Amino acid sequence: MMEFTLWDVVRNLLLAARWTIALSLTAFVLGGVVGLVVLFGRVSKSKRLRVAAMGYIELFQGTPLLMQLFLAFFGLSLLGLPTSPWFAAALALTLWTSAFLAEIWRGCVEAVPRGQWEASASLAMGYLQQMRYVILPQALRVTIAPTIGFSVQVIKGTALASIIGFTELSKASTIITNATFKPFTVYAVTALLYFALCWPLSAWSHRLERKLGAAHRH
Amino acid sequence: MPLIAIEGLHKRFGSNEVLKGIDLGIEAGEVVAIIGKSGSGKSTLLRCMNGLEAYQAGKITVEGTPVTQDETDLRHLRLRVGMIFQQFNLFPHLTAGRNVMLAPMIVKGTAEAEARTIAAKVLERVGLGQKFDAFPDQLSGGQQQRVAIARALAMEPRALLCDEITSALDPELVNEVLQVVKGLAQDGMTLAMVTHEMRFARDVCDRVIFMHLGKVHEIGPPSEVFSNPRTPELQQFLGQLH
Ligand SMILES: Nc1ncnc2c1ncn2[C@@H]1O[C@H](COP(=O)(O)OP(=O)(O)O)[C@@H](O)[C@H]1O
Ligand SMILES: [Mg+2]
Repeated sequence: MMEFTLWDVVRNLLLAARWTIALSLTAFVLGGVVGLVVLFGRVSKSKRLRVAAMGYIELFQGTPLLMQLFLAFFGLSLLGLPTSPWFAAALALTLWTSAFLAEIWRGCVEAVPRGQWEASASLAMGYLQQMRYVILPQALRVTIAPTIGFSVQVIKGTALASIIGFTELSKASTIITNATFKPFTVYAVTALLYFALCWPLSAWSHRLERKLGAAHRH
Repeated sequence: MPLIAIEGLHKRFGSNEVLKGIDLGIEAGEVVAIIGKSGSGKSTLLRCMNGLEAYQAGKITVEGTPVTQDETDLRHLRLRVGMIFQQFNLFPHLTAGRNVMLAPMIVKGTAEAEARTIAAKVLERVGLGQKFDAFPDQLSGGQQQRVAIARALAMEPRALLCDEITSALDPELVNEVLQVVKGLAQDGMTLAMVTHEMRFARDVCDRVIFMHLGKVHEIGPPSEVFSNPRTPELQQFLGQLH
């Protein structure tokens, strides 16, 4: 039987971590784009759009991510659509991310004082112009810290994709454990890798938060 | 026909009737002061005039065009009627110059270079030619309010609505803002201003409107309204000021 060195374990986990990063980035970027669309619905003047966006957000916030992954994976094949663990995982995580980001951003948009809406309206700006030039630039400052903070949740969320057979870090650690019979070592290294991914982000987010709280600058 | 004509205006917030039948005409070039107790409906009246509040009954027209809640009509209306607020409401992420340039550029499609020229000119007019590149939080309250006036002027409105624009200012900064408004009045701008500055109302305004419980209670030239208040409500209101 083959002997596995610690380096073998680490190397293989690092290779798998690439997929964790790829899935996180995909979900975060696409989720951000979809989230922006949902945000516009959520703060729109049309009641119907607001209700629809609220329903969307509640749906993804109110059900476990695991169920969403299962539904994406089995739902796509049930519809006869070609699917793969990668595609299903990216889809589910994108939708899940978009709902949370839309809700985080909504709070930031609503924190912009009403006077800003009234002043820009009084200058004959239309709704989209108000959002684009007055409201979002101000909301943006406030959103950066919680948005980066949420990216940590996305990275941890990708671990669930292992359950539908996508080989990212968590799935890889299970596979390697089965080959090496060194569960503690393997999972410890895995945890360290997750920590190495998440900790800088959450530290960055906290720093931004403090900085914003301290100085009220542009 | 008056520039701004209001007939039988009624406005409710839920069951709270705030404006109970207002009739009022403001001629082009006229300067009117709106005075009255807090809660008498002064702000609401002003906000109805530029569509920030919808109303339930009556009619407001500006240059003959009715004020409605239709999005296109509203934008057209607000090109002609500007508003200045108690809290300045400058855009904090933009410099003074950019605050002024924004609406001409995105609403009227003015080219950037031309918008910059306009902004420099109106900032000069309010005495802030040097502050083009200052951010709002680097300016005093009086300066911020003057930028807000410049921002409204850059759109070349026919009329300006001012809602207690000096009430948030430290007393020593009130005058610099009132001087700017006085200059506008002398240049023929149509002004409707809610104010507590009675001396200013007396010196600068053509007419004074005393609002009480959602109605125009007394109206007339400042000499009459201030020297000869006919109703006990106005007498009491003026008496309380000193
Ligand atoms: N957005 C609003 N919603 C509900 N009530 C309002 C609103 N704005 C003003 N009111 C009420 O309308 C009345 C008149 O307010 P306002 O026009 O601001 O008076 P003033 O400017 O003369 O102090 C007050 O009783 C106030 O509580
Ligand atoms: Mg008021």
